[in-house]
Formats: sequence, C-alpha cells, structure tokens
Amino acid sequence: MRQKLIVVGNGMAGVRAIEEVLMRGGAEKFDITVFGDEPYGNYNRILLSNVLAGSQEIEAADSEIFLNGLDWYAENGIDLRAGVRVVRIDSFARVVYADDGSATRYEKLILATGSRSFFPPIAGLWADDKTLTDGVFGFRTLDDCVAMISQSADRSKAVVIGGGLLGLEAARGLQSRGLAVDVVHAAPTLMNAQLDDTAGAILRRSVEDIGIAVHVEKVTTEVVTENGRLSSIVFSDGTSIDCDMLVIAAGIRPNVGLAQRAGLTVERAIVVDDHMRSIDDDNIYVVGECAQHRGQVYGLVAPLWEQATVLADHITNTDRTAAYHGSRTATKLKVAGVDVAAMGLKAPELPDDEFVQYSEPRHGVYKTIVIRDGKLIGATLVGDVSKVSFLTQAFDSGLPLPDERVSLMFDIGTPDVAVGVAELSDDAQVCNCNGVSKGTLVACVQAGETSVTGVMAKTKAGKGCGSCKELVGQIVEWAAGGAVTEDPSASWYVPGIPYDKPTLMQLIRELKLHSVSSVFAALAPDGKEDANSKMALASLLEMMWADEFVDERDARFINDRVHANIQRDGTFSVVPQMKGGVTNSWQLRRIAEVADKYAIPMIKLTGGQRIDLLGVRKEDLPAVWADLDMPSGYAYGKSFRTVKTCVGTDFCRYGLGDSTALGIALEERYQGLASPAKMKLAVTGCPRNCAEALCKDLGVVAVGDGRWEIYVGGAAGAHIRKGDLLATVDDPETVITLTGRFLQYYRENANWLERTYAFVPRVGIEKLRGVVVDDTDGLAEGLDARMQKSIDAYRDPWQDGREPVTEGQFRPSLPLLPLPQVPVR
Amino acid sequence: MTEVEVGIEIGRVDEIPVGEARTFAVNGEQIAVFRLRDGSLRAIDAVCPHKGGPLADGLADDRVVVCPLHGHTFDMCTGSETGGADMSVRSYAVSVDDGAIRITDHTK
Repeated sequence: MRQKLIVVGNGMAGVRAIEEVLMRGGAEKFDITVFGDEPYGNYNRILLSNVLAGSQEIEAADSEIFLNGLDWYAENGIDLRAGVRVVRIDSFARVVYADDGSATRYEKLILATGSRSFFPPIAGLWADDKTLTDGVFGFRTLDDCVAMISQSADRSKAVVIGGGLLGLEAARGLQSRGLAVDVVHAAPTLMNAQLDDTAGAILRRSVEDIGIAVHVEKVTTEVVTENGRLSSIVFSDGTSIDCDMLVIAAGIRPNVGLAQRAGLTVERAIVVDDHMRSIDDDNIYVVGECAQHRGQVYGLVAPLWEQATVLADHITNTDRTAAYHGSRTATKLKVAGVDVAAMGLKAPELPDDEFVQYSEPRHGVYKTIVIRDGKLIGATLVGDVSKVSFLTQAFDSGLPLPDERVSLMFDIGTPDVAVGVAELSDDAQVCNCNGVSKGTLVACVQAGETSVTGVMAKTKAGKGCGSCKELVGQIVEWAAGGAVTEDPSASWYVPGIPYDKPTLMQLIRELKLHSVSSVFAALAPDGKEDANSKMALASLLEMMWADEFVDERDARFINDRVHANIQRDGTFSVVPQMKGGVTNSWQLRRIAEVADKYAIPMIKLTGGQRIDLLGVRKEDLPAVWADLDMPSGYAYGKSFRTVKTCVGTDFCRYGLGDSTALGIALEERYQGLASPAKMKLAVTGCPRNCAEALCKDLGVVAVGDGRWEIYVGGAAGAHIRKGDLLATVDDPETVITLTGRFLQYYRENANWLERTYAFVPRVGIEKLRGVVVDDTDGLAEGLDARMQKSIDAYRDPWQDGREPVTEGQFRPSLPLLPLPQVPVR
Repeated sequence: MTEVEVGIEIGRVDEIPVGEARTFAVNGEQIAVFRLRDGSLRAIDAVCPHKGGPLADGLADDRVVVCPLHGHTFDMCTGSETGGADMSVRSYAVSVDDGAIRITDHTK
C-alpha cells in the first residue's frame, strides 16, 4: 500500500526533494501530489536575472530555465496541480485544502513554500490590496520577469530599490534593455550582507562605471503617480527621483503563513529538526528557503540540495539516521559585470583571528581572508576571483593553509602542486573533463593499479584535455606510497611499439617502413597491431616520408579519414582555409550559400579567425567541399592549424609591420603539416598584440624598425603560458625560415601529443635557440631540407571529395537511430 | 531488444575497406562490421553505449575498437569495455559466404 505524499511548493526545493525521493525508490512507496501556485513546471529561479537581461530566452528550444517540464511529472506518475494554491492544512486530520475547493489527504507532507518579495511600507506602493501601482514590480517570479520585460519597452527611467545581489542584477538587466537605471539602497554599503565597506565601495565604483547611478542611505517613503502613471519616488529626507518604472528588490521573506495557521512553530521561518521535519509534527517535512534550521535560514541553492538529500533519506527510510548539520555557504557570482565571491565571515571577530587584506581600488580588486586556528573561516573576493576554487575547498573542508598567506590570494608558482596532493580532499575533482576525483584515483591505486598510465587508463583521468596529467601522476605516487611501478612504456613514442622516438625513427628509416601496417609487422612484439598506436604512427610516417608515405586510411583517426572534426552527435564540422583570417565577399557568399543549401545548423567564428560550419552530415562532406570550392583549413588534425593576424599596417594606425601579409605567407608555406600535436600560430603588427601572438605555439610580433620578435611555446588553452622569446630578426624572410626550422625540430623531437608549451620548457629555450637560430649543432640545413620535402608534398585533402579513396569513405556510420541531438541555436 | 535473425545477410564484404568498419542496418538494429587486416570479420553493436558514438568510425586492431568520441575501448569478440568501465556492446558471430556477410550467432 503506497502512502500519500503531498508537496506544497513546486519550486526548486520542492522538486529537488521529490527527485531525491524518487531516486530512493520513492515511486514504489508514495503516490505524490504537488501543489504549485505558479502555472508552470519547475523552473530555475536563479536564471531569472539572465532572462531579464535577455541572455536567456524563455521560449527558446534549448531554454535552460525550465528544470522539469510538464512531461516529467507525467512520466514519474506525479499529480501536478499547477496554479492551485493551498490555503489550509489540517495537521490532525492530515488534509490540505486548496483554493480550487479540493481537500486532499496525506500521510506525509513536504512544505517547500519558498519566499516572496518583501515590500517595504511605502505610501502609494499599492493600487489596491493585491495590485501594485502602475510601473511597480517585484522581482521574484517568472511572471514578474515577463511583466518587466513587456513594460520595459515603453518606459525610460527605472529605479531599483535594494542594493543587494538581486537589486543589482535587476538594475543590470533593465539597463541592458535600454533604460536609464538608478539603484537606491537603505544601508551605506552595497551588498552589505556579503561585503564589508571597502569591498562595497569598490563594487559601487564598478557599478557606477557602467552607468548605473547609486544612492545609498536613502529610505523611500512615497511613490508618486500622475494620471495613474508612475512619475517619481520620494525619500525620507525630502529629496526625490523621477522615474516611470520601479523595481522592489529589498529582500525576501519566507512564506510561512500556511505553517503558522497550521500551528507549527515559526520564528524567522518554519523551525525544523536535523531530519528536516517540523519540530511539532513528525509527518511534516520542510525544505528550502521556508525552513529554519539551528537558527539559520538559507537563501542559496547549495544548502537546499543538502537539505533535500537528508529529507529524502529520512522520509523513504533509506537512512533514518540521516541528519542535516547546516551548510557553509559560499557564493560566487557576477554582479553588474564584476566578479564577486564571498564565504563565511567578512571580517575578524576574535582578537586572535588573522585578517589578510589586499586592496587595489583603481582596478576594482579587493580581497580579504579571515583565518582562525589555521583554518579559513571567511573570504571575500571582488574583481579577481581566480583563487575561489581553492578557497572554497579550504573553507568547506578545513584544509591546512600554506604558511605564506599571500598565496591564498594570488597564484605564485603552480598552485595545484603547491597545495600538496596529501591535503586535497577525497572529493576534490582532479580531472574536470571526465569527472574523476582524487578519491577515485586513490581507490584505483588501492585496488592494485600502481602505474600512472594504468590508473589513467582505468579511470580515464587525464584522458580529456590532459591538463591534469601532472597532478594525476602526483596523486598516484602519493597513494602508492613510493611503490609506483615504473612503467617501461612511459618512454615509448606509442604504446604498442617498444621504442622511444629517436630509436623508432631510426628503425623506420633503416628498414624503409612506409606504412603503419609495415611498422607493426616489423617492430611490434609478435607483429601485433595496436589501435591506440595507429594515429601517432600515421602522423610520424607522414612527417618522415612526406610524398613517400603510404597512407593506409584504417590507421587514421576518423577526423583524418574524412578531413573534418567529429562532433558529439556523429556529424562533422567543416572549416575552410582562410589564410591569416582574411576573407572576401566571394568566400562569404560561398559559405552562406553552402550553409543554406545543406541547412547547416550552426555557423560559428572560431578562435583561429575562420568560419566553422557545424553539424554537417558525413555523407554531405564531399558535396559541401565541392560547393565551397575552398581548401581545407585543417581544423581537425594534429597538424599545423592556422595563423591568426591583426590588420597590420594596411589600415591600423599603430601597425609597425605588415603582420597580415606575413601571416598569410606563413600559412601558405606550412599549411596542413602533420605534427605530434596541434600547431597554432599568430603574427601581430605591434606590441599591443591584438592577434595574441604571445600565447601561441609560435607567435611573431612586429616591434618597429622592420624588426620582428619570435616567441615559441606559448599556450592559452588548457594551459596558460607566455611563449619564450626565441629570436628578434630583421626581416619577414628570416621569420619564415626560422619558423620552418623550429616547427621541423618540434615535429621530429616532440612526444606524441606534446604541445610546444611542454616541449619548449622540456628542451630549454637556450638549446632551441642554439639549434634554430645559431645553428650550433649544424642541424639547420637538414631541418630546412626535410621541411621543404614536406611542403612540396602538400595536397589539399578535400580533393578526396571528388574521388573517395576508400569504399564508402563518406558513408554514415549511424544511419538509423535518433542520437542525442546537439541543441540547435 | 529485438533479436537479429541468424543467417540473414547483412551486407557485402567488399563494402568494407580492409582494416576499417562499416555500419549495416538489419531488423532495426545497427551492426558495425570490422574487416580485420587478416581478412576475418568482427561484428558488434554500432552505437557506443556511453554517449552514442559511431563505433564503425573508431580505430581498431585485431582485438579492440576505440570509440572516436571519448575513447571507450571494446573487445570485439566479447563486447566488454576493456578499460573497466561498466558497459558493453553485443557482439555477433559472422561468416562470409560468396561475399555476403551473414550473422551466425549472437551473444544475449
């Protein structure tokens, strides 16, 4: 016999509680009914600010605002009474009465009634008992938000009462809809709940800088209308501001009337025990903003998740001992374009509390940290929140802190390593790509896997972007307690062939192995081929043999088989070459026509200054290429990708060198070269560095008087690294020569997938300068000649479209099933 | 799951380049058939159980295929994921008769 469970409140708390209950087999235990007085499914209230600002559409197909659509309720057998308000609870008879006249019995009740906007006592605020005066809005519900958006079109001057988080977001949102906006705040400091006076002042300056006027210590006493239309507001000091729109964001109050009338104990909110039950009635649970636990009422979403878990454990009898002990709240948000993070105390309270402060008002940066007994108990960051992850973790789990307190505020050296793997908490996420925590890695080691590569293979840690590999290695070493198995394969170029790169290349050359299958046959143990070695071998052979390379397509990754980048839904992206990022109307027209003809779902500008056509079906690739009639941009391979440029001397007032022409020349010469990892280049015409040349695999900067600086080993992807200065040269021809020599040395000496940001520091910039610039080792001539051989072998791979090189080269591999669709914007 | 009929012809072997795979649709199922370099065939479900990746587009050797999307690796004989992930694909026994690929048996 299933019990009747009624949930009052169809917001984020109520529905999260239901989800947690369902996850614990709740569908077998309960018939669930949900009352919600808003006529929608559950939506994400946090995103309302984005809706107001116009960055989140309500109606869009990919709208993230609705968390649970109406079908979700149906699928889970939940009886949703949307738009129905519960008016009374009889906790003795266990019946709830609603405003549609219904009476519904329950065995268990969850109150998740949330909060409502607080309207301060202001004369003239209300037109009648229930209706706000013309032009006045709360900012709490989707309806509030929609009403504001529809009215904003014919209003010009808005005032927001409330300088807290919500008020500032409302102000920013209305400003982006074209209104002039003033913020009025009763306290002296903006966001005074989270920020101290200095931080508030810095935030205020930033808010004013974007054109929002701020009035503090102003108490609004009257709302004035003319002919029924809002015209101004008046303050207690007699001053006033004209406006035709007024938003009240002066805080929220928990909805507790229902509970009060039912006789439950209510203080600031409904008082609950550690199981999230009302202290008066074991059958009534309370969750979210309407619950008061150990004196605390939470208005953030993270505590609500924790409460819902405890509630569900308890109500389903999954764990009757589950207890909520309160939450430590940390917030990180962007207020009016300024990053703000705050957690715990904003200032020291005890004489022994350590207080570390950094203030740089001119740049809008302010940071404070409060430490007690060596533990972080509070932090505020304004303007620069780069350290927020570490601080949040230290705050949540009480990590020991570094003695140099300054490193809590700034990155000094490499922070991840400085933290020390021993101190990372078990649930700290190490690999963000594949969601692997430290605990998972440690468990894998304890289960007997003691080599770094073994752990990576089993857990998939480090198999995404790869930026966490170093940390993964350290954790494995630490977990194995010095018993790390030296993996002999660590030095091999590919996992399936037991040689390092120089030996492998020497053998390939001596035995004249031109194809991947011949390399396996000659060099692999028992001649066994290995899927995970094929891509690297094909690249290596192409680099070594150029036109003599025998290109067996089965050794190629799919991107290199069809010369396009595979996407999550099995479609491909097509990026035509656009040398130096310079295009023309003919190309644009071609691209537009192709996009129309093949119904390309997304056209995107890439970071490398090209145009990306996404969502192309495999079978359409040859036709798309033919219609484009442009060469491949190689946006899919471990190869030379692109050269970004700035506008250089042709149009730019500041340009010192013709960066555009040099970038095009570099791309023309080195296009499509196979390499151990991507090679992204840039040329910029002056030290303002608009083409971001300092963080490229190879970047060139014009410095005036015809001179050019060449930087190598820069990165701005998963790793950030400023390139090292390789040379300063006198003419573009030398840039081209040294670029080729560096790229060739990198191609011949880097490990598979080793980007230049790792290769350059490993080899050392002095050594590289010796080889590439000064030719101290006498290698230059050979490097140049082998590079020239590769250049001469260049062939546009999109010619495959005319005559497929293998049977069914462009045949779809998933013809029937509807796959997870990538949302079309 | 529907059963794929034993003995049914699912395609021709010359549709598959040596070392690669192609997907064939049969009885509403999609099967990726791999033509190994030694000439033998392997057949498994065409769709990666992880995120729906096209396994016929994966790199393969004589034992495993690597999904091109996220690198999950499946033993083409047993269908199990060799990295230890808790997922697997169905594998099918296939034979070639006069160029026609036929299913001769399948795992559950």
